[in-house]
Amino acid sequence: MEHRIIDQQLDLLRDKLLLLGGTTETALERAMRSLTARDSDLAREVLEGDKIIDQMELEIDRFSVEILALQQPAAHDLRFVISVAKITPILERIADHAGSIAEAALILNDEPELKKYIDLPLMADNAAEMLRNALDAFTSEDAAASRRIIEQDKIIDKCYHRVFDELITMMVDNPTTTASAAHLLFVAKHLERIGDYVKDICELNVYLTEAAFIKHSPKLETA
Amino acid sequence: MSKISVSNLNFFYGKAQALHDISIDILEHEIIAFIGPSGCGKSTFIRTLNRMNDTIPIARVEGKVTIDGKNIYEPNTDVVSLRRKVGMVFQKSNPFPKSIFENVAYGIRINGIHKNKADLNERVEKALNDAALLGEVKDRMNTSAFGLSGGQQQRLCIARALAVQPEVILMDEPASALDPIATQKIEELVVELKKQYTIVIVTHNMQQAARVSDRTAFFMLGKLVEVNRTQKMFTNPDEKLTEDYITGRFG
Repeated sequence: MEHRIIDQQLDLLRDKLLLLGGTTETALERAMRSLTARDSDLAREVLEGDKIIDQMELEIDRFSVEILALQQPAAHDLRFVISVAKITPILERIADHAGSIAEAALILNDEPELKKYIDLPLMADNAAEMLRNALDAFTSEDAAASRRIIEQDKIIDKCYHRVFDELITMMVDNPTTTASAAHLLFVAKHLERIGDYVKDICELNVYLTEAAFIKHSPKLETA
Repeated sequence: MSKISVSNLNFFYGKAQALHDISIDILEHEIIAFIGPSGCGKSTFIRTLNRMNDTIPIARVEGKVTIDGKNIYEPNTDVVSLRRKVGMVFQKSNPFPKSIFENVAYGIRINGIHKNKADLNERVEKALNDAALLGEVKDRMNTSAFGLSGGQQQRLCIARALAVQPEVILMDEPASALDPIATQKIEELVVELKKQYTIVIVTHNMQQAARVSDRTAFFMLGKLVEVNRTQKMFTNPDEKLTEDYITGRFG
């Protein structure tokens, strides 16, 4: 098999995406720690770091367009570039949600602690694990693993409903908790959305590997 | 509906076998592109569709090629009328050393298609118009065809092929010697001609195959590796060999 110019560029594109993925994972993990450990300095660092993630997104966009224009990839190469170009803004949005969690932490950390956030860290752990596994499945082009990760989102959704009910009950029982509980509700919603975004990444992994569009087709997702 | 049906076609130059057991159906009013490395047999193959290979003394054909259900290799086949029905455009434009008008009129005259002079004029104009050339040459129909640009000469050759009312047009790398603008005109013309004709195009330019064709067939070492919808072929081909070729993993 001959060496192709495009191979080097596709490797570089993959590296850039994985670096963005890793940075996004870190942002999510630190945002949650800033909340659970009540560390506002850490929350500010997460918000500061978002600019770097935005720059990474722009760089991958530019590089993807360059490869499409100059190398005119086909077949698997084409699906690879398209997948990267579509996964990139998803990662950037996940990082935005991490930033929003850090912003909530800045507010909540100045208020008395409501209760130990039992289900929120569980949700966050699941979301982080899904994200890590989705990026691994992208690298190894493992469609079966991607389909399993998609299923994992149901755990996050269940957690979200439990947290939602718990916080509403808290607000009703003790209206002085309303402001803080509302911020926690948003945190839960951010985590729930991150689960959805990871699902989108997994759908693109399946596209990359099998050239199948499984988005919006629930039967195929679990095929 | 199948316009051309090829089954178990083998082709030999002397003892060397150039095509191995090719079977393919070419549909009416489709553009089918043949791609593959140099020497893979794609040009040899399209020449079997109007028996252009008959001119090579050592050539031998086995198998069957039917057009509209009739085997063109039957001994009683009228090869001249076959080539009228299945026209051909070559890589290098090859106008006759005559005027633009005479280039197009030639085939009409020798086939005796026209009724009278006015009918001849009308047919020449129509062919030039269908080849998207009339507007550029109508004021100089009696000047030499060699005064035209490369792209115009190629469209003149297409007009010449169209003038004798073919049903199938074989194009062997029709735009490989042209600049991008002339190439674009030829490609637009090919897509336009699909409404009236069945078009078989051989090209080395894979982006061209992707742009113009409905289906693409990939040849390698005289074998038909894969034929598929062009969209499928360039995003997710069935065969690994096809993927390797279209992604440049071998030349």
